[in-house]
Amino acid sequence: MTATTTARASGAARAPRRRRTPPPVLARRAGAYAAGAAVLVFSVFPVYWMVATAFKPVGEIFSKDVRLFPGSLTLEHFDRVINGELIPGVNFWEFLGNSLLVTLGSVAAGALLSLLAAVAVARFRFKMRTAFIMVLMVIQMVPCEALIISIFINFRRLQDASGVQMLGNLTGILIVYTAFSLPITIMMLRGFVAAVPRELEEAAAIDGAGPWTVFWRILMPLVAPGLVAASIFAFITAWNEFIVALTFLGRSTEEYTLPLTLSYYFGRFGTEWGAIMAASTLLTLPVMAFFLFVQRRMVSGLTMGAVKG
Amino acid sequence: MAQTAEAVRGQSPPAPPPPGPPTPPRPRRRKIPTPYLLIAPALVLLVLVQLGPILQMVWNSLHSYTVRHLLPTAPAPEWNSFAHYATLLSDAEFWMILRNTVVVCALMVGVTMVLGTAVGNLLHRLPRWFSVTVSIGMMLAWATPAISASLVFRWLFLPERGLANVALDRLPDWLVGGGWLDYNWFLEPVPLFTVLILVIVWQSFPFVAVSVLAGLKSIPDELYEAARVDGAGGWRSFWSITFPMLRPLFALLLVLQIIWDLRVFTQLYILANSFQNKSVYLLSYYIYQQGFSASPANYGMGSAIAVVMTVMILAVTAYYLRIMIRQGETR
Repeated sequence: MTATTTARASGAARAPRRRRTPPPVLARRAGAYAAGAAVLVFSVFPVYWMVATAFKPVGEIFSKDVRLFPGSLTLEHFDRVINGELIPGVNFWEFLGNSLLVTLGSVAAGALLSLLAAVAVARFRFKMRTAFIMVLMVIQMVPCEALIISIFINFRRLQDASGVQMLGNLTGILIVYTAFSLPITIMMLRGFVAAVPRELEEAAAIDGAGPWTVFWRILMPLVAPGLVAASIFAFITAWNEFIVALTFLGRSTEEYTLPLTLSYYFGRFGTEWGAIMAASTLLTLPVMAFFLFVQRRMVSGLTMGAVKG
Repeated sequence: MAQTAEAVRGQSPPAPPPPGPPTPPRPRRRKIPTPYLLIAPALVLLVLVQLGPILQMVWNSLHSYTVRHLLPTAPAPEWNSFAHYATLLSDAEFWMILRNTVVVCALMVGVTMVLGTAVGNLLHRLPRWFSVTVSIGMMLAWATPAISASLVFRWLFLPERGLANVALDRLPDWLVGGGWLDYNWFLEPVPLFTVLILVIVWQSFPFVAVSVLAGLKSIPDELYEAARVDGAGGWRSFWSITFPMLRPLFALLLVLQIIWDLRVFTQLYILANSFQNKSVYLLSYYIYQQGFSASPANYGMGSAIAVVMTVMILAVTAYYLRIMIRQGETR
């Protein structure tokens, strides 16, 4: 390391610096490339293995002669997952429908509620404002793993008292997903609303636009990117969620979301690794697609005020 | 930052008086609590699903509360004067689970932070095209849902057919020992937690790496060049420049990782695959087992364990909250 530094320092003193790269620098650069390649392999390999297994014929998966690259490819597992019955009596499309319904439902509800709250926090000064923000920040620390018993009991009591079904169907988990993504999405959106220059709204108001016109024509277009980012964030959280679905859906297999279906599939048919990996691949694809969109926002959103994963 | 803009604008002479709602400039009905109407729906939901249950969790933990109390004719849960906590404190199994949770969490967080920081520095040094390629690869690990990741690692470490076992078996015996092919990783705490830590680290180091990379980009290059001229190596300039400059970021990442790793559930659920063996439990797993898998389900005891976990998290979070308040996030 010292050798490198001196070499560089003296190289900087002379004019043609880039010409003769001293060997230590070259070795170091090769080392950096090798380390980068190792990180790349470490990151990608399990994903590769999931997809590769999903395309391997059953015979090859069962064989003890494990090969890094599939000898032949087949779609039989995807066919079985998509067209077969994942759980007796229920097929993939119904589970996909359940997952989409609860995810999109909680995303839509969350977007509306958090936009309203974000406007309140960013645009108004009111007595409870600081208290509200503090509550958001504390609440998002307490994980649902700790609250799940209390929420379960509440839903059960509500269900017994009113007859409204809260457990064993998608209503209950939709409500929980919406509530649990709120603190993060409110904090994310608050920044976007605050960034819209107030002069724009004032100018529109002077020109005779009512509050609704100002909201829809001025604020919304400028906050839309934030709304998209927050929604995708909420989508990924709800789409991946496992423990709440596991607890609240119980034996109502026809209401299962995809992650729950996967765990059931694994439990009952522990040896069907091809089908399990095919289903895992299908579950992972939409998340990866969205992730590439919001990756930057995820970083700033998470390090800014959002704690719940 | 938004708050500063607001404050500055509030001071400029032509702006409306700072505390009032600016959108309707007409002074009629000044007292309408618009902000309260706006936060009301979110607040109701938060109180019902999070704030309320936090208090109920504490209440539950102080009562004998089992599944029979949910029956329509059952009496109300009885106050049991801290019996659950007394049981937990005198229960060797609980202490073992608590110790395992702390140790496993510390290992997950430690490895994630070190690896993430190292990779962040590496990405900063690599040429752009390669750095972007590696970042995209890391996105794949980060984006994989917990359940898929757990299943893949279960499959990778499966006895007889799992790639890890086959690979270890084919390596020379003098290096790794023999008999790996039918080795079962999922029965004993040490091997199971090893795989668990591997899954968690695999999924969480990209976030640390990308955050550190973003932080590094904000440090001016001149500082490093000056250090280099002064003869500082990479290690020295990390501890003398990078670490002090990014201390708040590292603190934040550390707290986030601790909070996330204390609550790990899904990965353990797939790897352990049953509630038979208490020696592989972690706290969140224990909560779930008490509340939903034990017979009869013991909500009081599950809540007491949840209180312990919440206190641990809030102790870590107090530090995080202080950072956030100091940064002005609450204003």
